[in-house]
Amino acid sequence: MTRNTFTTRDLRKIYGEGPAAVQALRGVTLEIPEGEIVVLLGPSGSGKSTLLNILGGLDRGTDGAVFFRDRDLAAMSDRELTRYRRDHVGFVFQFYNLMPSLTARENVELVTEIARDPMDPGEALARVGLAQRADHFPAQLSGGEQQRVAIARALAKQPDVLFCDEPTGALDSTTGRAVLNVLKEANEKMGTTVLIVTHAAAQAGMADRVIHFADGTVREVIENANKCAPEDIEW
Amino acid sequence: MTLHPAPLTHKLMRDLYRIKGQAVAIGAVIAVGVMMLVMMTGLVASLSETRRTYYDRFRLADVFAPVARAPETVAQRLRHLPGVAAIQTRVSGRALIDLGGNALPIQARALSLPEYRAAALNTIYLTDGRMFDAARAEEVVVLRSFARAHGLRPGDHIAATMNGFRRELSVVGFAQSPEFLYSTAPGELAPDDARFAVLWMSRTALAAAFDMQGAFNEVLFSLSRGAEPEAVIAAADRLLDRYGAQGAYGLSHLQSDLFISEEIDGLRRSARSVPPIFLAVAAFLLYIVISRMVQAEREQIGLMKAFGYSDTEVGGHYFRMILVIAVGGALAGCLLGVAAGRWMADLYLLYYKFPFLVFRLDPASFLTGFAVSILAASAGGLLVLRQVFALTPAVAMRAAAPPDYSHSGQFSSALEHVLDQPTRMVLRRLTRQPLRMGGAVLGVAAGLSVSIAMMSILNSFSAMQALTFDVIDHSDLNVSFIQPLEARSIHDLQSLPGVIEVEPVRIVPAILRNGRALYHGAIHGLIEQPRLYRAVDADTQPITMRQGGVILSSGLARTLDIKAGDQLSVDVREGRRPRLSLPVIAVAESLLGSPAYMEIGALNRVLKEPLRISGAYLRVDATQAAKIYAALKAMPMVAGVSVKSESRAALKKVMDQGAGAMRYVMALIAAVITFGVIYNAARVAQAERARDLAGLRVLGFSRGEVAFVLLGELAAVTLLALPLGGVIGYGLTFAIAAGFSTDVYQIRPVLDAESFGLAMAVVLVAALVSGWLVKRDIDRADLVTALKTRE
Repeated sequence: MTRNTFTTRDLRKIYGEGPAAVQALRGVTLEIPEGEIVVLLGPSGSGKSTLLNILGGLDRGTDGAVFFRDRDLAAMSDRELTRYRRDHVGFVFQFYNLMPSLTARENVELVTEIARDPMDPGEALARVGLAQRADHFPAQLSGGEQQRVAIARALAKQPDVLFCDEPTGALDSTTGRAVLNVLKEANEKMGTTVLIVTHAAAQAGMADRVIHFADGTVREVIENANKCAPEDIEW
Repeated sequence: MTLHPAPLTHKLMRDLYRIKGQAVAIGAVIAVGVMMLVMMTGLVASLSETRRTYYDRFRLADVFAPVARAPETVAQRLRHLPGVAAIQTRVSGRALIDLGGNALPIQARALSLPEYRAAALNTIYLTDGRMFDAARAEEVVVLRSFARAHGLRPGDHIAATMNGFRRELSVVGFAQSPEFLYSTAPGELAPDDARFAVLWMSRTALAAAFDMQGAFNEVLFSLSRGAEPEAVIAAADRLLDRYGAQGAYGLSHLQSDLFISEEIDGLRRSARSVPPIFLAVAAFLLYIVISRMVQAEREQIGLMKAFGYSDTEVGGHYFRMILVIAVGGALAGCLLGVAAGRWMADLYLLYYKFPFLVFRLDPASFLTGFAVSILAASAGGLLVLRQVFALTPAVAMRAAAPPDYSHSGQFSSALEHVLDQPTRMVLRRLTRQPLRMGGAVLGVAAGLSVSIAMMSILNSFSAMQALTFDVIDHSDLNVSFIQPLEARSIHDLQSLPGVIEVEPVRIVPAILRNGRALYHGAIHGLIEQPRLYRAVDADTQPITMRQGGVILSSGLARTLDIKAGDQLSVDVREGRRPRLSLPVIAVAESLLGSPAYMEIGALNRVLKEPLRISGAYLRVDATQAAKIYAALKAMPMVAGVSVKSESRAALKKVMDQGAGAMRYVMALIAAVITFGVIYNAARVAQAERARDLAGLRVLGFSRGEVAFVLLGELAAVTLLALPLGGVIGYGLTFAIAAGFSTDVYQIRPVLDAESFGLAMAVVLVAALVSGWLVKRDIDRADLVTALKTRE
């Protein structure tokens, strides 16, 4: 039996206080098994990004339990959360968040220098098809290329989990599919658990598991028996 | 369509509130610049205007001509000299006042006033009591500051020795005089109200005391409009030559006027040079802060333009923000300037005895202050406006491309192995915008250099005191005689109980000339190997009084533009008044006064006089001081006694309270610049990199590692500024020292490790505080929000 990467029980998140309080998560109970591609779908404000941030150690829940394997994320100190992000987690964002003052290779090295068991930065870039562009600065790369560098940077530490928040949100269909392909390969070849937050329902086709969000709660969890290839996703 | 739409005004207010720390820091830099401008120009106006009014109202002479003894009949001829509007003859003499008890006799100047009419020139301002009664020879009017210092009242009696005779005087009134705006006893440099007096008496009484019946020993001239003082001086000297002319001099050589003129000139120079530094720094800061804001708000700018706001309206919005900061700073500066000016005016009244000194706001300085602040700020603002205008709605609405670092520092392969990625980020940012980094470095260096200059100037005052009182002058007392006496008079001093050592001195008043440069001074005749009062060289080693020429102090050599080996022309103003040409044999170090020295025997020989002395330096047993003072008071030959410890204390008081206080203020102000620059540089860097920093945190970098990336930049700017500021400070110190050195005192910069260290410590503290404030914000920053912001 596969173990769970994440387990949450009645996880709640409230922003603000008093009458201005906003309930972003209203009791989320979930299990995310290791090695799956999981797509979180839902309208804006449904709480999917909030969940991603809490699972990724960027934010904390207000109430309820959240476990990475058997470790309680809620009980971790700031220092431990930093350690957790450094050792286990990779992030890919809609706006790439590369360091503009570092070249593609250096952006990857930024992570490999501090990771426990990193892969070679050159290899990470080769995996996303950017070996030739390693010495270019972000300003010299297209949006898709920048996103692929961001993925290479996230993969280079060989993370257990890859969090992707709207990874194709700023990309056209061809580039977007290429990016999704890289994510799929990482999942297949390295066994990385991949969590993708997206508006695009069609991307659910490539997932092992699709979680539908609405109003801060999980409406539906669907296990997808017939995964399709990123190339076949309608854009 | 209005130029200032209401929503933009709301945005303006909120933006200003958001950047309040930076706005206040920049405003403070502007305020300090304007404050100095308003205060200094106001003081220049107040001092000049008050001086002019005071001189006019009390008819201060334009030319002073002391003479040994001229018959009153000469006055008619003097009055008809070309260019002369009015003259006043008078009797002037030295007096010693004895206030009883163990106190030392106090040096005084006795001056005559006409008896039955007002003086034509140099009238006095009677502040208390009444004028003397011409029929009563014992009645005197006393200089007010002296009377105040001793708690005298009209009706009190004092004893004074004049021309060797002791007499009882009745004080009937107090007065002030423009001739004694800044009053020091002969031979003293710092004013000490308690140690110097002026006595105004009837002409008859004073003439009797100094054997001047039917004669005078000083004549005052006022000139007709357009007359040349030099012509009148030359004519007066010619006419009075046979009566023992001691060399006429213009008002600008009057000691009191010399001091106040130097003060006004110094203020004027500072007013021109200091405020521009502050305003330039403020302009630079406004540029980086507002330009950063435009960069961050490009989306909003695009949106406003898309809604139909014009370039002018949008640009005007950012320009108004600059104006609010500039005007706010200028307003605060004006108010501070008025307050500081009033405070300084009160301080000046302690040293410059004006009947009143109202801080007169120079309205032009207000206007200049505002205009210059706004112009400087606008200069920074125009560059920003260019950015606003260049943004089209479409471009502005698209996310900005990442800043291009492809032209910033590439590292050699050797370095590649050493530098980790965070260090590369720091280095690339430093090299990407070298002008901006250079500006920040220069700004911090400017602050540092001002601190260094102020501290070394401050040090130079202590050095001046130390050189004068510890190295040059080893005596305890300096006694001067009423006239040059035979050398054996020294035995009278030596035989006093408690006197340990006596060294004679012959002081000969003379006009020293080299070409057109001249100086009204004196030659000090010292023994060959003096121990109590010495001339020293630049290494503070005593100079032997060699025969065969004159040794000039460095300040005097500079004033006369003469060096060792040149011939100096000396017009002796005493005795037979020979005109001599003497070689300059050495230049001595002196920071106070402008003395010239000769070996005493050689001096008497060139004067063709037997060995005579005009005073002596004494070293005494402190426990017997009271007895010695009493004995000196009883000696009719003694014209004055000055106590070194008192001279030193008086000088120290002047330095500490007046000039000293001002310099501390300047050091504080330098800290304002330094903090303003570092804090703003840190805030801008933080704002520009908020997302990068959050990104690093997400990647698993700790708070400390993230802070390194930001603060490393700040540290580099600060560290680069330290040596640069040191070098600029070094140059600035010499410039200030040269600018503020006068005949009276020479400022020799003392650049010691302590000044540098302290000034650098101020910079480092400013950097640490800025760094701490910024780091606190990084730690508080919400990772998720920072990442969502797109740049």
